[in-house]
Amino acid sequence: MPNQSPLHFSLRQLSSALQTKKISSVELTQLYLERIAAYNPTLNAYITTNAEMSLAQARHADARLAKNNSHALPVISNLTGIPIAQKDIFCAKEWRTTCGSKMLENFIAPYDAHVIQQFNEAGAVNLGKTNMDEFAMGSSNETSYFGAVKNPWNHNVVPGGSSGGSAVAVAARLCAAATGTDTGGSIRQPAALCGISGIKPTYGVVSRYGMIAFASSLDQAGPMARSAEDLALMLNTMAGFDERDSTSLQRPPENYLRDIDSPAAGKPLSGLRIGLPQEFFAEGLSDDVAQAVAAAVVEYQKLGATVVNISLPNSKLSIPVYYVIAPAEASSNLSRFDGVRYGYRAKEYSDLTDMYQKSRAQGFGAEVKRRIMIGTYVLSHGYYDAYYVQAQKIRRLIAQDFDNAFKQCDVIMGPSAPGTAFNIGEKSDDPVAMYLQDIYTIAVNLAGLPGMSIPAGFGKNKLPIGLQIIGNYFSEAQMLNVAHRYQQATDWHTRMPPNILNDRGALT
Amino acid sequence: MTWEIVIGLEIHTQLSTQSKIFSGASTAFGAEPNTQACAVDIALPGVLPVLNKGAVERAIKFGLAVGAQIASRSVFARKNYFYPDLPKGYQISQFDQPVVGQGALTIQVEPLSGNEKPYEKVVRITRAHLEEDAGKSLHEVFRDFSGKGLTGVDLNRAGTPLLEIVSEPDMRSAAEAVAYAKATHSLVRWIDICDGNMQEGSFRCDANVSVRRMGEEKLGTRREIKNLNSFKFLQQAIEYEAQWQIDTLESGGKIQQATVLFDADKIETRAMRSKEDAHDYRYFPDPDLLPLEILPQWIEEIRRGMHESRESMRKRFIEEYHFEPYMANSLVADRDRAVYFDSFWKHYIPMVVGKEDSAVSGANWAMIEIGAMLNLSGLSITQTPITPEAFAVLVARIVDGTISHKIAKEVFGYMWAGEGSADAIIEAKGLKQVSDVGALEKIIDEVIAANPAQLAEYRAGKEKVFGFFVGLSMKASKGKANPTQLNDILKRKLAP
Repeated sequence: MPNQSPLHFSLRQLSSALQTKKISSVELTQLYLERIAAYNPTLNAYITTNAEMSLAQARHADARLAKNNSHALPVISNLTGIPIAQKDIFCAKEWRTTCGSKMLENFIAPYDAHVIQQFNEAGAVNLGKTNMDEFAMGSSNETSYFGAVKNPWNHNVVPGGSSGGSAVAVAARLCAAATGTDTGGSIRQPAALCGISGIKPTYGVVSRYGMIAFASSLDQAGPMARSAEDLALMLNTMAGFDERDSTSLQRPPENYLRDIDSPAAGKPLSGLRIGLPQEFFAEGLSDDVAQAVAAAVVEYQKLGATVVNISLPNSKLSIPVYYVIAPAEASSNLSRFDGVRYGYRAKEYSDLTDMYQKSRAQGFGAEVKRRIMIGTYVLSHGYYDAYYVQAQKIRRLIAQDFDNAFKQCDVIMGPSAPGTAFNIGEKSDDPVAMYLQDIYTIAVNLAGLPGMSIPAGFGKNKLPIGLQIIGNYFSEAQMLNVAHRYQQATDWHTRMPPNILNDRGALT
Repeated sequence: MTWEIVIGLEIHTQLSTQSKIFSGASTAFGAEPNTQACAVDIALPGVLPVLNKGAVERAIKFGLAVGAQIASRSVFARKNYFYPDLPKGYQISQFDQPVVGQGALTIQVEPLSGNEKPYEKVVRITRAHLEEDAGKSLHEVFRDFSGKGLTGVDLNRAGTPLLEIVSEPDMRSAAEAVAYAKATHSLVRWIDICDGNMQEGSFRCDANVSVRRMGEEKLGTRREIKNLNSFKFLQQAIEYEAQWQIDTLESGGKIQQATVLFDADKIETRAMRSKEDAHDYRYFPDPDLLPLEILPQWIEEIRRGMHESRESMRKRFIEEYHFEPYMANSLVADRDRAVYFDSFWKHYIPMVVGKEDSAVSGANWAMIEIGAMLNLSGLSITQTPITPEAFAVLVARIVDGTISHKIAKEVFGYMWAGEGSADAIIEAKGLKQVSDVGALEKIIDEVIAANPAQLAEYRAGKEKVFGFFVGLSMKASKGKANPTQLNDILKRKLAP
């Protein structure tokens, strides 16, 4: 049987291999740690690894797997023993948690984020903390204080961002699956650019507690993995009400695999209405991506879906609206990084004000400072009404557009990003060109809707293209099924970047 | 030229919740620095606020007590500024949508100069909103290796729930401002939302003071005196500030809007910052907290659970119990005392029907007696071992002549010690007053017979000797003689 290596296993296959003792969690963790040691110096997907801590968790998981059904240890879950990469935005107890910033270069988190806690309780292994744009502000991973991340499909191009490290870790098989966060497209765009799957759930489905805030009303965590099925398994662990987050939604637990696991007779997606927003196929979209998305839609029609043309008339305003609201919230959220209690403090300063100014000037990178300044400006006396209040009004209009659209269709499809991955350095001097990377994803955050990206082909440059699927509120199980059926019929999601399997890591 | 002083107050009351407004850390005062500051209070990366329902409940109570509209939807906003004792770099407060709207408070003003009469006044309340307190900077408490003073930060107080009560500029003198502050202080304790401890900072005032020529309608430029934590400082600060403004204007100067501090040692105010360098706080709705929605059912539930208002009780004491206003005022100064005596009175009145004249003095005795005992024992009135009903029986026994005040005091002591009801103690210890004329005459006859020399002195005109016979007779009756009867009989028997 080809592809015997656990590197190619789905999470369910991995879980089964672990439960039937075909492999131990320690062996699996070792395998990934060795791969990280081999590839990370080039790819820079991880900011921090800690073999000792990861292996301790793996040993504990093996004990749990060995004594399954005994009362001494918690029951095993689908993720027990599986090594997961965590975006370095989640506080994990005793782990360095940097958020990609010099400001937190030496910050050891004293507590676990809710997401981390959920994975720990499930018995997953924390494989390390992945690289990201500084404070999740960026679409290329170039703003990280810890250096750019390379796209495994081509080391000269970016992996996207801000969850670039997680996307690369998944694509290059440096973890079984990973977590990301998405404020304006930070899960979907890097997933698209790296040829993997990622979902941003409905705002409030995953607790934000312990996730370092960028823009509180937009931030949402979600999984990044190799398939929709893996995403569903991950989301089962990540989602859930948390009383420590006031925006967390109190809903009964869901099984996100339920639609995937229900048998389909005949055409699996018959009756599904796919909305295609005209605004997503206008100027600015590359031909490669347009063609790949069109081909995917044809594939969906073969699976039984029908197509409706829809319009999201206010979506063109989503970038300006986002770049008022997100920086406004960020300017305030990042005020706690003042050099007083933790984090970077300037070595020399003359007084309190000087300490604040120097610590923040030296501790934050250019993009973070740019957004703090924009945010401070739009909240200032005399500008607040013209910017912030207006932006909130338009935000409601954008959400209204989606409400109207979902009267005509079940899911919306379009591109995840306007093009394939661009060269490292290509857009770093042009913030607006960089911001346009998220033109198709941002409206989803503004409306609080779930959105995902799945691989749907390659450009002429042999770089991956992502298909975006947007669902109505709480329709994650349906969306994951829509993605899953496509992945059953196609093999884009199984394609691997070249040269990521060396003789050591390739096969066990 | 006469000037009118215009004052508005912003009062910060610390709400009496066990835990902080947005975290589970304790609010208890006096702990070691930073031992009551959790991850949320010190604003670690990633933490989030969760609103304490108890704080909202207390704000609603206040709103109901001042007849204000409770907002069905109010919003928490971030007030952004940098300071080491403000861990998040912003304070969570309420800005344009506070939880409590317009209300009013009736105050009793005691003018500071003795020749004016006390009067009543209604002060309008603009709003009251919930917010979190900041921590505390401890200046010059620590030293570095070279001996240079350092500033420490104690975040125990950070996140303590506050209700900021903002008044209209309705007060026209320091006396009115003090009366309003006192009325508010008494109210927040009355409705159990704040312990009112001013030394510990549970009740602090900022005073906005301006002056204008008498008859002028436009308000003068105001200066805000920050952080006054005693009624005396409030009075002194306003008096000084108003006079300074008047002097400044009269000598041709202008008042600049400013924030000022009161120096309690020098008794003067000093400008801290002017309007020009005022902060731009960049208020905006806190995206970590959903708008606060308050259902009418919850308000009703709280209303039903609230005590009778102080004003209603005060009126009832005067109208139903015919207390003098000063006495009613004194009784309602403390709710527990008022409740105790209200209950006492309800039991007492039916027991003393027809003897209303002595009933009031009996009640006065009761208040003094129990007050002294509470002071001595260090207990509060809610902890007294004597129920209002049992106490009413004791006092009724004075009024109906069963025992004297002196014996009542003794019985009170036994009751306090838990020996039973007044009647049981009087019976068991044989303390009933002897009012039997025959028995008293017999005792007195024996005393007179045993002291012929003193009898002769008295009859010779030395009236002081009368007291000698009273004392001996009372002693012979073991203190149980009805004093009035004893006096009457003695006077008759000693007469020549």
